[in-house]
Amino acid sequence: MLKFIKHHMDTINGIGIYPAISFVLFFTFFVLMLVWLRKVGRDHMDHMAALPINEEFSTLEIEHNDH
Amino acid sequence: MMERFQYDNRIAKNFMFVTLLWGVVGTLVGLTAAMQLVLPSWNFAEWGSFGRLRPLHTNAMVFAFVGNAIFAGVYYSLQRLLKTRMYSDLLSAIHFWGWQLIIVAAAITLPLGMTTGKEYAELEWPIDIAITLVWVVFGINMFGTILKRRERHLYVAIWFYIATWVTVAMLHIVNSIELPISLTKSYSYYAGVQDALVQWWYGHNAVAFFLTTPFLGLMYYFLPKAANRPVYSYKLSIIHFWSLIFLYIWAGPHHLLYSALPEWAQSLGVVFSIMLIAPSWGGMLNGLLTLRGAWDRVREDPVLKFMVVAVTCYGMATLEGPLLSIKSINAIAHFTDWIIAHVHIGGLGWNGFLAFGMIYWMAPRLYGTKLYSTTLANWHFWLGTLGIIFYAIPLYFAGFFQSLMWKQFTPDGFLVYKNFLDTLLEIQTAYWLRALGGTLYITGILIMMYNIKKTVSTGKLITNEDAEAPAMEAEAAGHSGEHWHRAIEKRPIQMLILSLIVVGIGGVLEIVPTFLVKSNIPTISQVKPYTPLELHGRDIYVREGCYTCHSQMIRPFRSETERYGEYAKAGEFVYDHPFQWGSKRTGPDLLRVGAKYPDSWHYYHMFDPTSMSPGSLMPAYTAMFENELDITTTEKKIEAMRTMGVPYAEDFPAKANDDIVKQRDAITARLKKDGIDAQSDREIIAVIAYLQRLGTDIKSKPVVEISQLP
Repeated sequence: MLKFIKHHMDTINGIGIYPAISFVLFFTFFVLMLVWLRKVGRDHMDHMAALPINEEFSTLEIEHNDH
Repeated sequence: MMERFQYDNRIAKNFMFVTLLWGVVGTLVGLTAAMQLVLPSWNFAEWGSFGRLRPLHTNAMVFAFVGNAIFAGVYYSLQRLLKTRMYSDLLSAIHFWGWQLIIVAAAITLPLGMTTGKEYAELEWPIDIAITLVWVVFGINMFGTILKRRERHLYVAIWFYIATWVTVAMLHIVNSIELPISLTKSYSYYAGVQDALVQWWYGHNAVAFFLTTPFLGLMYYFLPKAANRPVYSYKLSIIHFWSLIFLYIWAGPHHLLYSALPEWAQSLGVVFSIMLIAPSWGGMLNGLLTLRGAWDRVREDPVLKFMVVAVTCYGMATLEGPLLSIKSINAIAHFTDWIIAHVHIGGLGWNGFLAFGMIYWMAPRLYGTKLYSTTLANWHFWLGTLGIIFYAIPLYFAGFFQSLMWKQFTPDGFLVYKNFLDTLLEIQTAYWLRALGGTLYITGILIMMYNIKKTVSTGKLITNEDAEAPAMEAEAAGHSGEHWHRAIEKRPIQMLILSLIVVGIGGVLEIVPTFLVKSNIPTISQVKPYTPLELHGRDIYVREGCYTCHSQMIRPFRSETERYGEYAKAGEFVYDHPFQWGSKRTGPDLLRVGAKYPDSWHYYHMFDPTSMSPGSLMPAYTAMFENELDITTTEKKIEAMRTMGVPYAEDFPAKANDDIVKQRDAITARLKKDGIDAQSDREIIAVIAYLQRLGTDIKSKPVVEISQLP
């Protein structure tokens, strides 16, 4: 894919760096996201998942369990 | 400390009712358009011809039906997920009435032929501005609500709402950059290939960020609500969200495969489209698995039935979409009814059924009552499901077989179906069945309206619903070690900016290169600007929505070059504001129709298509023979073109009308020779001028004669 882009955009100096940068950016982003998802506590996930259902007062108790 | 407050139910109710109203109107317009494709006599008036009703149908379904359903769901769920009333009742009201006014304006202007000629963005510039303003009002109201929330963490549905708001704003503004020449007419600032790329970057992401992400937000709220169990995997929903908004934005060019768009942009679109399967199916499975252990209730609860079919249709459409982006499949499906079937799986199934499920769930709760009739809701469910099946399956067949007919050669290498019309007439049965499917679907909606009306009359609107929740405590100290993503969940503004960056990078990298790099659009010296008369004719072509049935894009296949002529080059479209490549061939491609027939053929054909093509399904355009061509705008139009870089001479605009007189007299003289006494000041003359110009700048070389051989 980089080949396609470079071939057509020879007129911009060092154009190859742009797709490279965006790839690195997003790869890093997704890796960080996955790392976080592995580390995050079950309590927090349960709290988030329950938000639509426990509509009446829920914030406090669960928030406290969380820490 | 517990705080008491009230949810505003009135705004959710208002949006819910207009969802139903515009749903019926929009689908009825669609059914009319479907009938016009089998019975041309249904093109009952100049304002009611297919080319004008089809944009009305698509705009009504997308922005009126789905749009209002989004707002109904957002206003209901946002308050409850954040445990606060909407930021401002006044802004809510402005949003509601502003959006309805925009819809009414669209419903008036589109049939009158006021259109920019860009699919799903047909509305003219004053309405575009109104949309921007109302969207900003919605944004302020939404972010105001988020800022005064009592729940610290933003549930994933709200992320989808935020991404929707940001991206739609960006898409709408970038794609609507137009140069107005009057209150009702403007030209797209982009031309040709660039216009096409921007348009389908918009068009595709309108599907992504208007029909998909907000509805996913609704799914993540209303499906757990209706099933009364938490979403299957909240982690999966996070992955779903970020990968979906990152990947979607790149996929637009898959609408332009084999077109004159640069190859690298096409490949980019294909790769990202294929990758989209992963997050889409992640989302679908997350939705369906939320029902684990509750499947017995799916059998009884119409709300869950609607939602299950909706999510299933989402899965089918999002598998089919990437498959259609594969070039070899796209070569078959593009320009055919296959695509119409595909979008209706999404529209009728995913959007329609999720909206219905949501409304059946919400209406009784807003009115503190029970649903009037589960039986009627079940009837609606089955009629709707049958409607989808009768709509889509015949069109899949029609699209596939028509495409094969287009590509079929005799053993000697000639086209089997030389006449395009023959392939269309072969699939008429499918068109009838589609209209039947649409009728079933609409019947279902009517039953729903009755059911909801009865439900509402047995209850009373809980205008302000009491609620209480603890105030959001100040951030406690000692949160070190908390991860950045969790921090983002608490910071909506950062969330907004991050979403904008994610979708922005995709858009910029995709679009900017075609603007920067000259070599992407090789200029062709023979390609000249349109004459003023041709330009007027082109504007009429746009006004009548000819692009809804005729493409101007010959793909580099032998079956197409054999039928239509030399394939399309990027450099041919540099003066096309807007581009008119089209996306569906109900009639033949017109890119090289110029000089193919005599003027008189077009004259007769536009007056009564069946006179030249027996059995033709094209509407007759008799009004063009009565309407006088408005040449008072010529100077402004040419000036506008000059502003956008079309190389007319500096003194040309003022004397452009002389040129018009000369060219139309030439046409009427040619018509006279064929025995037609035409009035040269009528619109039809301009249309003939434009059609005869099409594609003539590049003609393939004349056939070499025997005597010329060495």
